[in-house]
Amino acid sequence: MVLPTDPSAAKFTFSMLINDKRYRGYTFQFTALIILIFAMAYLGWNLTQNLTAKGLNISYQFLKVPAGYDINQRLIEYTSQSTHLRASMVGVLNTLLVAFLGCIMATVIGVFAGILRLSNNWIVAKLMAIYVEVFRNVPVLIWILIVSGIFIVALPQPRSFRGENPEATMLWDAFAFTGRGIYAPKPIFNEGSSFVIVTFLLSLAAIFAYRRYARNKLYAEGVPLPTRWPSITLFFIPAIIVFFAAGSPIGMEYPELKGFNFKGGIWARGSLIALCFALSIYTGAFIAENVRAGIQAISKGQTEAAAALGMRPSFVMNLVILPQALRVIIPPLISQYLNLTKNSSLAIAVGYMDITGTLGGITLNQTGRAIEIVLLLMLFYLIISLSISAVMNVYNNSIKLKER
Amino acid sequence: MTHKTASFVRNELIPESPPPVSETGAVKWMRENLFSSPLNIIMTIASLWAVYTLFNSVAPWFLNGVWSGNSVRDCYEILDGATGACFAVLKERWPQLIYGFKYPPSEFWRPNFAAVLLCVAIAPVLFSTVSKKLFLFTVVYPFLAFWLIWGGTILGPIVAFAGCAVAVLASRRLESYGFALAALCGFVCALVCWIFGGYLVDIGKDFLVLPSVPSRDMGGFMLNLILGTVCVSLSIPLGIMLALGRQSDMPIIKWICVCFIEFIRGVPLITLLFVANVVLAYFFPPDTNIDLILRVIIMITLFSAAYIAEVIRGGLAALPSGQFEAANSLGLNYAQAMRLIILPQALKVSIPGIVNVAVGLFKDTTLVSIISMFDLVGMIRGPILSSTAWNGVYWELFAFAALLFFVVCYGISQYSQWLERQLETDHR
Repeated sequence: MVLPTDPSAAKFTFSMLINDKRYRGYTFQFTALIILIFAMAYLGWNLTQNLTAKGLNISYQFLKVPAGYDINQRLIEYTSQSTHLRASMVGVLNTLLVAFLGCIMATVIGVFAGILRLSNNWIVAKLMAIYVEVFRNVPVLIWILIVSGIFIVALPQPRSFRGENPEATMLWDAFAFTGRGIYAPKPIFNEGSSFVIVTFLLSLAAIFAYRRYARNKLYAEGVPLPTRWPSITLFFIPAIIVFFAAGSPIGMEYPELKGFNFKGGIWARGSLIALCFALSIYTGAFIAENVRAGIQAISKGQTEAAAALGMRPSFVMNLVILPQALRVIIPPLISQYLNLTKNSSLAIAVGYMDITGTLGGITLNQTGRAIEIVLLLMLFYLIISLSISAVMNVYNNSIKLKER
Repeated sequence: MTHKTASFVRNELIPESPPPVSETGAVKWMRENLFSSPLNIIMTIASLWAVYTLFNSVAPWFLNGVWSGNSVRDCYEILDGATGACFAVLKERWPQLIYGFKYPPSEFWRPNFAAVLLCVAIAPVLFSTVSKKLFLFTVVYPFLAFWLIWGGTILGPIVAFAGCAVAVLASRRLESYGFALAALCGFVCALVCWIFGGYLVDIGKDFLVLPSVPSRDMGGFMLNLILGTVCVSLSIPLGIMLALGRQSDMPIIKWICVCFIEFIRGVPLITLLFVANVVLAYFFPPDTNIDLILRVIIMITLFSAAYIAEVIRGGLAALPSGQFEAANSLGLNYAQAMRLIILPQALKVSIPGIVNVAVGLFKDTTLVSIISMFDLVGMIRGPILSSTAWNGVYWELFAFAALLFFVVCYGISQYSQWLERQLETDHR
């Protein structure tokens, strides 16, 4: 229906670009775009002026030049003759490593602290409240420095393990906790070890299939099959049998004290452990709050209804409360993971060579290519953040309440 | 008619007997709260043991603390082998920890006075019971504080304030003609005012002068406080604009805001500080020299603006759409509707979130120590720990830093929780 006063009948005039609500939007957007382009052009012009004044250019050639510095913590082959690109890759992997370990540890700490904070044990609840408040309200940088100090001061140096009557001893002769890091046994895979690994993986698959079968049977026929003992048996027995049948192909390389330091085994650097621990205990405090809020968001009626159905307390928690609480907990948990990953860039303060330490630290100082390097750094963190949130959003959607 | 009572029925109640000992007072409380089940008993004992161990290791260190002495060796002499903290460092390096190592000691009263005035200025923002007239002081405060901390003639801040005031008055006047026109006119008026004021400042260089302190001399906890307050207060208006832009139905403006917010939220603050340290100078016109503290303020402001924008977007989304429609149907234009109807409600809902961002940002100001600025952490890691006198006094200094931050941040977060309770009452 066309009303007599319908404005669409009016002829377009230029004053409408300001006065008419339908066209004003275009004027605004156009102006904003023009301003943005001019601002960008101005900044770009300044940039070129400054660069030519200093005789610089934008170029990524420096990535192919040998880096010339050593990185002590590395997951891939690297020598001081490798390129800056290789050094950055080492840094990237170190960042991912500390973020991954940190997220796992933070989740464990956070979930425990969050649940214990709701405990009906007064002293435990209060202790957890103190933990959460203390760690949330002090900067993470200070925590990183304090924790790394504790690791350096409190743990013995490797030389304390020497002599007839050493001040420190190894745990089970296999683990050494020193100020330089933690030494652990490293598995050595000899010939035939693939049989053991394949058998072990097959038995894992078998456990999974069996549990699935048992559950389907329970749901379809109401017949509960035992799951616990068959699982444990499947987990251990076949792998052990194959292990001895193949003549014990998997050995352990134990760390040994040679001279002033330990040799052999897996060596986790003190800086990695300290950083991981500091980040996870800091983020764990935030996660504890999220977990507590998530559990408290589930109304008490749910617990009572489950109890009225005759469920055991552990069933109530696992089948009724947690699945619902997870929906509330997951989104803030994702942002905590993101925060942890971004905070891992503070590794530079304790000398852990993550991407900020290699590319943004030594490479930046050596080559002076500030703009390129900062751009690369930002790009890396942006990709990490966006992909973590993308993956987590998919997961979040999959557990979301399905409404009809 | 007589009322016959059966003699075997009691007329009065038996006096109540006291509950059994196990059901009252401390015993009951302990039974219920500490020893209700085997698991609880184990947890209680474990936590008591943990508390005892912690106390046992920290208490002698703290109680034996030495408060006098001029170097760490003096501490060791006084302690004579016993475990104990060397708190003398806090006493001897107090000015450095709080003001940095270059701020002239004769001028310490200025930041102190500015900090006291900050409490007055912030009171009407935090507590609705404080007289609204104090808001006038809040508006004046930033300029006053700048004069107090940086020094120089008072004419500079006065001209800056006059420009802002003229801009606000002009845009208020023209608000009914449209948002863009008002903003443009305000901007032009401010510019004119500042240009003319610039000449005035040049003439009256010696009018009410405080000895000027360059930015690079700021340091210690004062620098953390300056960065925190300046960046939070600057980022709130910017965050509001970004949030409104993100809500807008104009696609280009919306996408500019979305890209900016997501970009900033996706990168760590430390990379933005690298930008401030080594990159930003390239984007200013040649021959300008913008000092590091200002560059850092710009980057931290952009950083927190993105986070505040997300908080405010949440507040805007929480408003029922009826509010927007009601404002439109009253014939208010965009600026009026936002200023009078939408923003007051949206901001009120998002205050706790903004306070959280502010706490996080204040904690993050310690990151400037990584780009070699001497804030509290930078002072500790740099000049103090590397000095020969205090080499090795690690825990005392970091415990002090942690305590300072804890007091401020815990105070702010308690305020935020209090405010949340206050706001809850009038909603539900």
